[in-house]
Amino acid sequence: MNIQPVFLASDILFYLLLAMLAGFGCWASRQRNFRESWRQVVLNPLALVSLVVLLTYLAVGLLDSIHFQQKVTTASNGKTYYSAQVKSLLDVALGGLGDHSEKTYSAPFALHLYAKELARNDTGTMEQIYPRLHSINPSVKTAQDRRQDVFGRIAVSVIEGIVLTLILSLIFSLYLRRQSALTFSKQWRQLLMGRARKPWGLLLVTLGVIIFVILLIAHLSGQYHMFGTDKVGNDVLYQALKSIRTGLLIGSLTTLVMLPFALILGAMAGYFGGIVDDIIQYVYTTLSSIPGVLLIAAAILSIQIYIANHPEAFTTIAGRADARLIALCIILGVTSWTSLCRVLRGETLKLREVDFIQAARALGVGWFRIISRHVIPNVMHIVLIAIALDFSMLVLAEAVLTYVGVGVDPTTISWGNMIDSARLELAREPVVWWSLVAAFLFMFVFVLAANLFADALREAFDPRMAKR
Amino acid sequence: MIRTVIAITCLGLIVSLTGCDEQPRNNPYPRQDELANIYYSAFSESPKTLDPARSYSADEVVFTGQIYEPPLQYHFLKRPYTLEPLTATALPTVTLLDKQGNVLDDNAADDKVAYSRYRIHIKPGIRYQPHPAFAKDAEGQYRYHDLSQQALHHFSQLEDFTETGSRELVADDYIYEIKRLAHPRAQSPILGLMEQYIDGMDEYAETLQIAFDEVIKQQGNHGYLDLRKYPLKGVTKIDDYTYDVVLKGKYPQFKYWLAMPFFAPMPWEADAFYSQAGMAKKNIGFNWSPIGTGPYMLTENNPNRQMVLSRNPNYHGDVYPSEGEAGDGAAGLLADAGQELPFIDKFVFSLERESIPRWNKFLQGYYDASGIASDNFDEAVTISAAGEAGLTKSLQKKGVHLRTEASPSIFYIGFNMLDPVIGGYSDKQRKLRQAIAIAVNMEEFVSIFLNGRGIPANGPIPPGIEGHVDGEAGINSYVYEWKGGHSQRHSLDKAKQLLREAGYPGGVNANTGEPLVLSFDTVTGGSDDAARFDWLRKQFEKLGIQLHVRATQYNRFQEKMRTGNAQLFFWGWNADYPDPENFLFLLYGPHGKVNYQGENASNYASPEFDKLFEQMKNMPEGQARDQVIARMVEIVRRDSPWIWGFFPKSFALTQAWVTPRKLNAMANNSMKYIKLDPRIRDERHKAWNKPLYWPLLLIVLGLLVVLIPVIWAYHVKVRKAAKRV
Amino acid sequence: MFAYIVRRMIYAIPVLIGVNVITFLLFFMVNTPDDIARAQLGEKHVTEAAIQRWKHTHGYDKPLFYNSEKQGVHQFSDTLFYTKSMRLFSFHFGSADSGRPIGYDIKQRMWPSLAIAVPTLLVGLMLNVTFAMLMVFFRQTYLELSGVILCIVMMSVSGMFYIIMGQFLIGKLLHLVPISGYDYGWEAIKFLVLPVAIGVVAGIGTGARWYRTIFLEEVNKDYVRTARAKGLSEVFVLFHHVLKNAMIPILTGVVVIIPSLFMGSLLMESFFGIPGLGSYTIDAIRQQDFSIVRAMVFLGTVLYIIGLILTDISYTLVDPRVRFD
Repeated sequence: MNIQPVFLASDILFYLLLAMLAGFGCWASRQRNFRESWRQVVLNPLALVSLVVLLTYLAVGLLDSIHFQQKVTTASNGKTYYSAQVKSLLDVALGGLGDHSEKTYSAPFALHLYAKELARNDTGTMEQIYPRLHSINPSVKTAQDRRQDVFGRIAVSVIEGIVLTLILSLIFSLYLRRQSALTFSKQWRQLLMGRARKPWGLLLVTLGVIIFVILLIAHLSGQYHMFGTDKVGNDVLYQALKSIRTGLLIGSLTTLVMLPFALILGAMAGYFGGIVDDIIQYVYTTLSSIPGVLLIAAAILSIQIYIANHPEAFTTIAGRADARLIALCIILGVTSWTSLCRVLRGETLKLREVDFIQAARALGVGWFRIISRHVIPNVMHIVLIAIALDFSMLVLAEAVLTYVGVGVDPTTISWGNMIDSARLELAREPVVWWSLVAAFLFMFVFVLAANLFADALREAFDPRMAKR
Repeated sequence: MIRTVIAITCLGLIVSLTGCDEQPRNNPYPRQDELANIYYSAFSESPKTLDPARSYSADEVVFTGQIYEPPLQYHFLKRPYTLEPLTATALPTVTLLDKQGNVLDDNAADDKVAYSRYRIHIKPGIRYQPHPAFAKDAEGQYRYHDLSQQALHHFSQLEDFTETGSRELVADDYIYEIKRLAHPRAQSPILGLMEQYIDGMDEYAETLQIAFDEVIKQQGNHGYLDLRKYPLKGVTKIDDYTYDVVLKGKYPQFKYWLAMPFFAPMPWEADAFYSQAGMAKKNIGFNWSPIGTGPYMLTENNPNRQMVLSRNPNYHGDVYPSEGEAGDGAAGLLADAGQELPFIDKFVFSLERESIPRWNKFLQGYYDASGIASDNFDEAVTISAAGEAGLTKSLQKKGVHLRTEASPSIFYIGFNMLDPVIGGYSDKQRKLRQAIAIAVNMEEFVSIFLNGRGIPANGPIPPGIEGHVDGEAGINSYVYEWKGGHSQRHSLDKAKQLLREAGYPGGVNANTGEPLVLSFDTVTGGSDDAARFDWLRKQFEKLGIQLHVRATQYNRFQEKMRTGNAQLFFWGWNADYPDPENFLFLLYGPHGKVNYQGENASNYASPEFDKLFEQMKNMPEGQARDQVIARMVEIVRRDSPWIWGFFPKSFALTQAWVTPRKLNAMANNSMKYIKLDPRIRDERHKAWNKPLYWPLLLIVLGLLVVLIPVIWAYHVKVRKAAKRV
Repeated sequence: MFAYIVRRMIYAIPVLIGVNVITFLLFFMVNTPDDIARAQLGEKHVTEAAIQRWKHTHGYDKPLFYNSEKQGVHQFSDTLFYTKSMRLFSFHFGSADSGRPIGYDIKQRMWPSLAIAVPTLLVGLMLNVTFAMLMVFFRQTYLELSGVILCIVMMSVSGMFYIIMGQFLIGKLLHLVPISGYDYGWEAIKFLVLPVAIGVVAGIGTGARWYRTIFLEEVNKDYVRTARAKGLSEVFVLFHHVLKNAMIPILTGVVVIIPSLFMGSLLMESFFGIPGLGSYTIDAIRQQDFSIVRAMVFLGTVLYIIGLILTDISYTLVDPRVRFD
């Protein structure tokens, strides 16, 4: 076989997380009060758009989480050796956008490098020129060509996007028709005119825009560097896309780590009281009084030492960077479970006195059963809101940690690393703005969607918010 | 409400229009200093200590070099670097002695020489900067020695000791400082090295340790150990202006150490003064309150924000050199010959951690000099057709001067010679290393990651140091060939051929069929990391070799180097002194890192090389020595224990109002030669920093536009509410 | 009340010991005393003997927790943990590994940190409350919706962007204030304008949104409805009743962070070259100076605990129903 799948630890955790998400979805759809709240979320137009955007990011992250190595050679003893370089399905989907690079900076859609370089010209003398980029469309020679070419490709993307969206809406109408009494043509017309009672029209528009963006990338990214290139000539668009997985992982893995701590300890502290409560309170007070950055710094340094002392366990750069990423998530989880735990403890304290739990206790139901059957489902809405709010905060925190020097590995492509290097690029003349803008754009859309979604969740689930 | 808003805007408009006065608004310095003869500069790392016995880093020597005066200094203009007397009357006279202390003649065989004696005469009449440690009262008693705890309460910093004194510099002060190198509290980084050379230094360190423990037991943690009571065998006073340093064996490079602050004078009064209980807590001590005879003294000491050096009123005087290298006169470098030094009244150093503000302030004219970070390079410098660095148009318009110089440093990729695969001295192993040396394209590295600010190396000795050969004669024939008047890297085919001969055709072990997998150790940090590792991997991929980059934290990297647990690694060396010995000793077998904790990180050991090294070390400069060095360089080129990386080039920019000077990488006291014209600076400050107000107004207007619907909505709402009632 | 405070202080002791143990363990998991010595002695010509000497003079040659060579109490007191960490309880910070007295540095660097943190907090509070009040005033209109979305948009921008763009605009293009630096006394103002402005703008999103929810909760309470029913104007109701009552959660939220203002802001101080405690901490992490890190963690913990106690006290002050016995 010419390739061998690679499962990085974070990949496995990511799959696990998706499975849990799916499981939670199934469970939640069976709970009546949850279903009602979810309906409210989906019917909120902003939340719907955000959800679609988030799912798109998730899809990109998933593609980027399926890794493999390519074969190098087979030894005489039959053992096969694989490259140290780990690639993902996303790399394949982008058609080698990450492989061929320029020498250094170039502006978005540029034909030439950003800096002048000494080169031998046709007559054989040395001259300072802007060298031409070599991994762009070779048939485009002048700015005039470029304009025609780019607009042509955009037009194609628009047309294809519209067609695809129409097809999608057709399928969608067919599906809806089975649910409602309207005729198919009426249904479709309603959908296209945006007159449907539910925000299906908006959903279609969002999907259409996303399809258009994907098509645009497909048509243009191989021909030009849409967001320019960075200091060593790597495509910035490629980096921004690869950063999605890092952002997702930091947001979600951290949640995965902190959730069991916060849930179990919070519920136990509130339910049992007494010495259990004292111990748990002591633990979280102690942990939350240590300034977070210091805890993170110490943990990151420790993991680096562990990696340095166990080189045989981390043979690839990707593996090493991955270990550090997971360590970062774990330590972020450790620093962030305390506040949720505090809230859950308070909530459980109140719940403990509620009739049905008193009744269950009187009937002799075991504590584990009470906590898992009665307490936890009743605080789930708090958990959900907390997760959604923390998620975006964590993605933003990554950039700051990178600046302090305790963020993800410098070889991991992340928005934090992009921003960190962009700091210096702004001092250049002419200003190199494209890395910053690309990182900003991708991160902003992601965090904005997560925040809007979290807001909608809160409105739907928080009993104090809802009935205004 | 609307009216107030309008009123505020009008006010803002008036203020901003009348506010366009002459003075730039972004001047970070006090207004009254605009025309003062002050030089502004920045530092990015807070100095850790200014104690001449401890300080070893370049960030610190900027300060210590101007304050402390060792007996010798480097000539400011001459190249190659030459030593000249500073506080000494002449270069030290060296006498060779045998075991019994008899004087030998200068040509005595190396094995006969047991000791060499350096006799140093210093100039009389040199006086220390004013300092409270010297202050005496009417009876001639030291005013501030033996202060009681209570008395000390009134002083919170050095400036609070209002009475100061001074005294003449004597030979005892030089001896005191040499003794301080062994002081347990000083922890001098060069003590280990000096124990090898200065006669009796090792026993002296032990004596002091015992005595110091005793002092601490008696007087507590801040006890004063009077070093005058403990004689050091190898260092003796002849008279008030003469002292001897006796070294074990020959060590001709010792003279260079005599130009470093480690060997500057230290008055015992300072030690007695600083060692009083309670001083350390107030942060008064050798670390932060230097006391010297140099042209400047430290007058503001806040390493967290600003350090200020001011003219030392007791300075003994010095003049600008009147001779230099050929061509210096034509370049205008001798225009100030014979003028009294120093030129500048005050140096203000501000802490500037981030490179962007530093560069922007330089462009605004608030720093008088700047280095060039890799990211500002394109903005500042263009490389001309001939490969010469020049300034960009925008900086030329500002009148900025650019000076470049190859630094006496080298960066290289080392092979661990103890490793069974990549190390070793067999023909095959040698060919493997040579093949890799060809494949790793250092020219490309320098151009991508350093903007060309480096010179690919052909051997361990940088330009400007004895033994470095330029041109065709100097190329490393194992990696380069001479073609059409310039050196050219061997083709990749040749590397592949070598690899085949080494037993790894196509990067696969010919015997086992396993691919060759190498590991590369380096330090993480730096935003270029990902790109650099990727670049390296690709270099090895050209030969079919798999490279695993193992980047780690600095401490772990060092540990790996000490235990020899690495195959390839990235390392550098910055010269202590301009002598080839300081580079060739990096390959000297008995300095091996793993076995002897030396500086030979690749653990290279060749008996032939070692023998030549011992011979070269003690030879006087000249052709005979050059020949030995050439033979040594040839040996290491063939064995290829390093991929000869590159010699970094330093670029420095100075503003139009600063008189252009030559860069001097060795001299650490060159600030006394700097000269500037504050009037031009003030003019440029005003011209370059005209404040722009209209974007601010635009923002205010934008906010107003946003406010309009709000105000309108307010009115609607209030009216509605009124109707309802 | 007094008894309560004393009890809380006593409770703080085990927490502080716990914090000390954790930092100590974390640090020595990362660094051996040898590493510390090497970091301080520099890179060139370092011998084993020099390392031993350094460890001896700086007290790093003791075992970590338990000294089997000593007798009785000294088995525990003559250890690295006791000599280095437990002395903090008497606020003896000792000196950094590089030799500077930490207490001296903290005293000196505290003021710049406050000079930037206090104005940011106050101006930010005022602006956020105003913005939140406006949103509540226009609740259930498009103005409120756009306000909320604006908040979320501002929240979604990384703090680094605000700093980078602010420095670029004001410092490089407009030439209105110095790009970075600091000075003592009134001269500090020109250096503080930019970081404080950026800090305030960066905080609007989260702050205003948070205050809006607090106000909204109050607005729907019965007493507000009664006030409105009495015919009081909406503006009067908001400022007189809602703001007054909402101040309780707002103030208690603010009180918790007041002590930690001393710790300074990590990002702002580094970017603007302000010699405060935030940049002190960052430098210590980067240079791995354990003594400083340990002292700062201890200080941070103490301040955090003081914040918690202050919050409790402020509860009793603003709400007489809460009492501690």
